[in-house]
Amino acid sequence: MSDSAGAPLISLRQVVKTYGTGTAAFQALDGVDLDIAEGEFVAIMGASGSGKSTALNILGCLDAPTSGAYYFRDIRVDELTRNQRALLRRQFLGFVFQGFNLLARTSAQENVELPLLYRGEDTAHRHEASRRALAQVGLDGWEHHTPGELSGGQQQRVAIARAIVTQPLVLLADEPTGNLDSKRGHEIMELLVSLNREHGITIIMVTHESDMAAYASRTVRFVDGNVDSDLGKGDGGMVL
Amino acid sequence: MSQMLLNALLLAWRAIRRNLMRSFLTVLGIVIGVGAVITMVTLGNGATRMVSNQISSLGSNLLILRPGQQLGPGRDSAGAPNFKLADVEAIQNQVPALKAVAPVVGSRVTLVAGNQNWSSQVSGTTNDYFTAGNWNIASGRKFESDEETVGKAVCVIGATVKKQLFPRESPIGAELRVKNFSCEVIGLLAAKGQGAMGQDQDDVVLMPVRTAQRRLTGNQDVSTLMLSLRDGAAADPVMEQIRRLMRERRKLSDNEDDNFNVMDTKQIAQTLSGTIRTMTGLLGAVAAVSLLVGGIGIMNIMLVSVTERTREIGIRLAIGALEHEVLLQFLIEAVVLSALGGLIGIALAFVTCLGLTALMNMPFLFNPGINLLAFGFSALIGVVFGYMPARRAASLDPIVALRYE
Repeated sequence: MSDSAGAPLISLRQVVKTYGTGTAAFQALDGVDLDIAEGEFVAIMGASGSGKSTALNILGCLDAPTSGAYYFRDIRVDELTRNQRALLRRQFLGFVFQGFNLLARTSAQENVELPLLYRGEDTAHRHEASRRALAQVGLDGWEHHTPGELSGGQQQRVAIARAIVTQPLVLLADEPTGNLDSKRGHEIMELLVSLNREHGITIIMVTHESDMAAYASRTVRFVDGNVDSDLGKGDGGMVL
Repeated sequence: MSQMLLNALLLAWRAIRRNLMRSFLTVLGIVIGVGAVITMVTLGNGATRMVSNQISSLGSNLLILRPGQQLGPGRDSAGAPNFKLADVEAIQNQVPALKAVAPVVGSRVTLVAGNQNWSSQVSGTTNDYFTAGNWNIASGRKFESDEETVGKAVCVIGATVKKQLFPRESPIGAELRVKNFSCEVIGLLAAKGQGAMGQDQDDVVLMPVRTAQRRLTGNQDVSTLMLSLRDGAAADPVMEQIRRLMRERRKLSDNEDDNFNVMDTKQIAQTLSGTIRTMTGLLGAVAAVSLLVGGIGIMNIMLVSVTERTREIGIRLAIGALEHEVLLQFLIEAVVLSALGGLIGIALAFVTCLGLTALMNMPFLFNPGINLLAFGFSALIGVVFGYMPARRAASLDPIVALRYE
């Protein structure tokens, strides 16, 4: 499944992220090097404050590193402006959050359509793509339900549908099972695995539950702002 | 590009629909503010126009000569002598710039016709009264000169009196009982409608001055003179001429004040419309405050919703919206809401003004200026207060916006 040929999809080189200044400064990332190849399913683990969420935000182009280089398909992301990063997110990335972050009082279909609206897609394409994405996450027939009428597991499925409706290269998930019971959590993980296997979507997931991380093909563990262990890595890229 | 704009419109529309209650409250503040300002100003304009219409229906270039000093507080007419018919003749003969000099003698009397009765203002006067007061005869005739000289019991009645006492039949030739004598109705006045002070001008009975003096007041006094200027004659010199003539006739010495006064109805009209304009300004200012309060309401609603909306903006930014796209959406939202509110406010004011002007017998003057002004102001408030919080939120880091509690 992972492709060993060519450069990795994502490369972090000596990435440092510092919050605050002076004596109050806190170094969330301390010179991280990380390569992720296309088609991988990577779980990022670590205790609170280990820098795993900061790493995900940087990988997801939501945040810029303080220093170091971030290559996404040979694009120097750390040198991009805020708007350019937004365009990159729009083009290549999908997000799933712990708290689902759906728009309230808005139907599942309209939530899923949202990224397509910002891409300027026309109505016919939006409808078709959003219905297909909802079917992919097993929510046929739920198109017109609002988040308030859906269970947590279903809301997370809508969020996943919204993330994949643009057919992104990479899906970034921040504790996607954190707000769900373990049965729903396992269902969501199975869904992510099938998206990874069947559609070749690269998945980067932050979690602190090892049974959820077990679904991933590779587990990167963060300790004190750096990579501590990197297990199950494919042939591609460099091993650190 | 047009698809992008269409999508931005759709996004804004969905956001409005999603928060119907909030949108409704936002719109309501603007509706009431705009409606109040437009209604107040429109009614004020109507009232001003009504007064000037009525003053001109009273007769243009009309002077009124009354005993006593100037109208107003401290007016002292108690000891002032009334006029006599000789004064009327003297003015007629010596002031050529007047085309009509009508004496008025009158009192409020109960009228009886058949089994109906009605209380009305009965005035004794001459045919000059029709000229001075701009009255037309709807049917019948004016007074004959012999009726005036001998004081025959004949009368001309107003439309209201006809309606009350002769609702179906023609009053001409009918007998009308005035106080304790009976007189023949010889004419009917054309209706004039409400007067400047809201009184009914058609509730009137006219008879020759001598008839009224003999049978109603029982003396030779004339309480008021209505004087009509010839076209093109200036009021001020004529008023001065009348004043000098009256002082001479009353033998007032130089150190004595006038014990009569001459008023120009044009002056009264100007004073009245000035007062109404002041009132309109005052009411308009009160209404403007309500528009301002409406604006503060919008600001409040927008700020209260900022928590929810900040998270929403975070979501939008995370899934690929650009900052300016989010701002465009919020701007469209604010413009749509405040424009909608402004339009509903204008419609509401239009209906209210139509109803109220009909109720108060006022002309309805549509004032495009105030409609535009109120609309523009409300739109501005809506856009500024809707857009500012969004601007702040959109410039946040998407991560921070997503975590905003």
